[in-house]
Amino acid sequence: MKILVGIKHVPDTEARIKVASDGLRVDETGIKWIVSPFDEYALEEALRIREARGGEVVVVAAGRPEAQASLRQGLAMGADRAVLVEEEAYDRADGLARARALAAVAKAESPELILLGKYGVGADEGQTGPMLGELLDLPHAAAVTSLALGEGTFKARREIEGATEVLEGSLPAVVTCEKGLNEPRYASLKGIMAAKKKPLDVRKPEDLGLDPKDLREGSRVVWEALESPPPRGAGKVLKGEAADAARDLARLLREEAKVI
Amino acid sequence: MGLGDAFSGVDLVEVEGLLTEEERMVRDTVREFVTGEVLPGIERHFREGTFPLHLVRPMADLGMLGANLEGYGCAGLGNVAYGLINQEIERGDSGLRSFVSVQSSLVMYPIHAYGSEEQKDRWLPALRAGEAIGCFGLTEPDHGSDPGGMETRAVRRGDRWILNGAKAWITNGSIADVAVVWARTDEGVRGFLVERGTPGFTTRNHEGKFSLRASVTSELALQDVELPASAMLPGAAGLRAPLSCLTQARYGIAWGTIGLAMAVFDEALGYAKTRTQFGRPIASFQLQQRKLTWMATEITKSQLLNLQVGRLKDAGKATYVQVSMAKMNGCRVARECARFAREMLGANGISDEYQTGRHFCNVEAVLTYEGTDDIHTLIVGESLTGLPAFS
Ligand SMILES: Cc1cc2nc3c(=O)[nH]c(=O)nc-3n(C[C@H](O)[C@H](O)[C@H](O)COP(=O)(O)OP(=O)(O)OC[C@H]3O[C@@H](n4cnc5c(N)ncnc54)[C@H](O)[C@@H]3O)c2cc1C
Repeated sequence: MKILVGIKHVPDTEARIKVASDGLRVDETGIKWIVSPFDEYALEEALRIREARGGEVVVVAAGRPEAQASLRQGLAMGADRAVLVEEEAYDRADGLARARALAAVAKAESPELILLGKYGVGADEGQTGPMLGELLDLPHAAAVTSLALGEGTFKARREIEGATEVLEGSLPAVVTCEKGLNEPRYASLKGIMAAKKKPLDVRKPEDLGLDPKDLREGSRVVWEALESPPPRGAGKVLKGEAADAARDLARLLREEAKVI
Repeated sequence: MGLGDAFSGVDLVEVEGLLTEEERMVRDTVREFVTGEVLPGIERHFREGTFPLHLVRPMADLGMLGANLEGYGCAGLGNVAYGLINQEIERGDSGLRSFVSVQSSLVMYPIHAYGSEEQKDRWLPALRAGEAIGCFGLTEPDHGSDPGGMETRAVRRGDRWILNGAKAWITNGSIADVAVVWARTDEGVRGFLVERGTPGFTTRNHEGKFSLRASVTSELALQDVELPASAMLPGAAGLRAPLSCLTQARYGIAWGTIGLAMAVFDEALGYAKTRTQFGRPIASFQLQQRKLTWMATEITKSQLLNLQVGRLKDAGKATYVQVSMAKMNGCRVARECARFAREMLGANGISDEYQTGRHFCNVEAVLTYEGTDDIHTLIVGESLTGLPAFS
């Protein structure tokens, strides 16, 4: 079974994000970039399916040249090969532009399953998966916490408000992955060595017949401004006996925070 | 981490840029492993004086054992990547780094370099996979810094060897499936593979350690231990052979100690920024800044020294003198950093709620084994002056 896995190259979730002086971008100095954590669930799931059924796992990214590092990480975890649709503008373009790039690769690769993270951390839009499903006219399941494959079919579960939703559909399909789906493996050191020799195909959007117009920043969405959240005030520490403190906590949560 | 922030290393002069992408990936993988698998339970092991045996297989699965060796399922990494593994694992605990050093540099390395094909096939895949554990017996109760004085003897009887003697302070001793034992013979010092359970071969743990508590250290006793001729390492003749193993291990320790230094620096920095006294974070006081600056500067210099020795080693040009300098330097820097960090944490610096106290204790063993600070000083001194000052 051939599985395509989307990988987004994002600032480390541990990084302290600062807004750059233009008020529009993230200040990138000293920031480490990583595979978006939800994409690791997608890749882990793909690797497990390949281990059970055989086949091939292809990781794909649409992004800046540096995104190669995240694809290498995917190869080190065990993917067979990688494709980068290389264009600086993808980082600032909207989800549709990235979905188009992934769709172009999917058309060339004809996978039986496409797995992505539920969203790329940082922007947290969650658009690329559903849009990709639409562009390819494939069934789509978002933010799944379990996935089982049958003969040409899939069954996925997703957590919704107060219940679990069970979705069934035919393959090929686009599925986006939620935390809890699996526990991603560490890349082995041998895997890191092997990754160097695995194919990483760098394509330009034009090579894939993509319209450069769709890439320009603000093709559909314009970034007006980026602001840091207001600094958090000091926390409240409840003193006294545990039982009294617990009672105070419950009262404050109900009366002040109004969350229970 | 004591303070919740994820560890991201110490890098003030863009050492990052001197590493290959592969080296960075190796480092980050081990770093993540340490944060996820080692730190959560290590304090308890240190407190209870137990080795975290359950981490051996996961470390093996990652490829950390014998990582810079070729073949037999080993990862075949370069020496800088191997150094970075040591750095990151010692950021977790010196006991685990000791395990990796012994297994990789003191057991797998001599079998790889000096063993017969049969010995290599028998042991290397199992040691690599963590299915077998090894130990290295050179030190004796009466011979530490001067292993040339060793008293353990092996005599040939027909096609057998008979070993008698005792080894002391042997990492992994009582949990090892195979011991690389060095003994004096009529043909000079030779190395032997002694399997657990061989009649006459017993072990007893050193108890009451205040350093490397999450590591097993044992005495080995050999009483009329009879071994087949095939138990001898055919390629290892003379003291030069065990010393070559020590050079490998010392190289890893040089990196490991800087991982320890980074861990305590990181904890002290975080602590100083959040601990307030006299109405201000203690990090705002000049005396504390001086300590932090000293630590950061020494860590930075040490990273560059280690890196250069690693590059020389990859090129086949590193000397044992350079490795001695790096081991000596790393231990000194780590010890001083641990001391400063311990001071900065105040009372918390002596509590195992924080990592610093554990590292502070561990660094004492690391400073002593694999050549004390004095011995490395004399090795470098001899190289500078041409005059040996050992005796
Ligand atoms: C936790 C731990 C694990 C260990 N693991 C192993 C292992 O796996 N395998 C193994 O073989 N050994 C191991 N060792 C032993 C270690 O290598 C020795 O302890 C070390 O070599 C020092 O020997 P010693 O303790 O006998 O001290 P000594 O050699 O007696 O030294 C005592 C002091 O005298 C100083 N000194 C000695 N000679 C000179 C000199 N010529 N000039 C100036 N000063 C000198 C030393 O620097 C030291 O300060 C381990 C030790 C420890 C603590």
